[in-house]
Amino acid sequence: MRDVNLKPITALGLDLPQVVTLGRWTLTERTDVALASLAVRRGRLADVQALASAAGLPLPPAAMSEQGAVYAAFWVTPEMWFVEAPFASHEDIRRHLLAAFGEAASITEQTDAWVRFDLVGPGLAQVLERLSNFDLAAAPSGTATRTVLEHLGCYLIKRSETLVSLYGPRSSAQSLHHAWVVAAQSVL
Amino acid sequence: MIINHPILGPRDAQEFVYLGDASLIHRPDGLTASIEAFHDYTYLRANPAGLHRELWYHEQGDRSWLVVTRNTVTHEITSVELARDVARSEGRSK
Repeated sequence: MRDVNLKPITALGLDLPQVVTLGRWTLTERTDVALASLAVRRGRLADVQALASAAGLPLPPAAMSEQGAVYAAFWVTPEMWFVEAPFASHEDIRRHLLAAFGEAASITEQTDAWVRFDLVGPGLAQVLERLSNFDLAAAPSGTATRTVLEHLGCYLIKRSETLVSLYGPRSSAQSLHHAWVVAAQSVL
Repeated sequence: MIINHPILGPRDAQEFVYLGDASLIHRPDGLTASIEAFHDYTYLRANPAGLHRELWYHEQGDRSWLVVTRNTVTHEITSVELARDVARSEGRSK
């Protein structure tokens, strides 16, 4: 087989993550986070809670997210979470989680299914209220929810008043990016 | 219309997809039920002017199936339950 020279590209098709600053808001594409889903198998909730606690992995309650030392997690549906970890150390995140949970949970690699944008700045709700019906301003910090932006099913995680993570389908990364830029410009 | 999700609280009906009568949970056993039972399950529905139990899917939310009791005349929603809990309480789920 001939040597092939492959180079990784971001969801937006570039060499490096895109950073866009519009007024007081900055959008940063995050390529340094690995993602996996963790679903409890029938009747194994107590086991998963114990194993998660041993692995230092938070399992936040409904509609919430939580940051641990290495792992972070956000709730997606009853007895299921998305788990985030640093890409550099956890590129094979599924193998890490399988070692921790064994047969108690079903774990699926999600890293390359999604694009993550981090939105930073004061008053992010002014932009996001033009894109989604989710009431970001009223939601407490830590809230994680699925919602629709630009006709795309996305996850919004309000990590603080000035930081929101947006997960959307990776194949629609440019549409989502464009929607954000248009909405932010219309507010400014 | 707002659906009061049992876990997530009030959510816009736009986030949900409607399936139909909640009696769809009661699918007859494919190996033992008669053809008549399957015919009735597949084709026969009540069409009440009043309370109706129906299945909704929270597609743009936590992707759970819900059993919603809705008044078909006024659209008032009187009860929302997780379909999983309903099915298990009726002995449908293993």
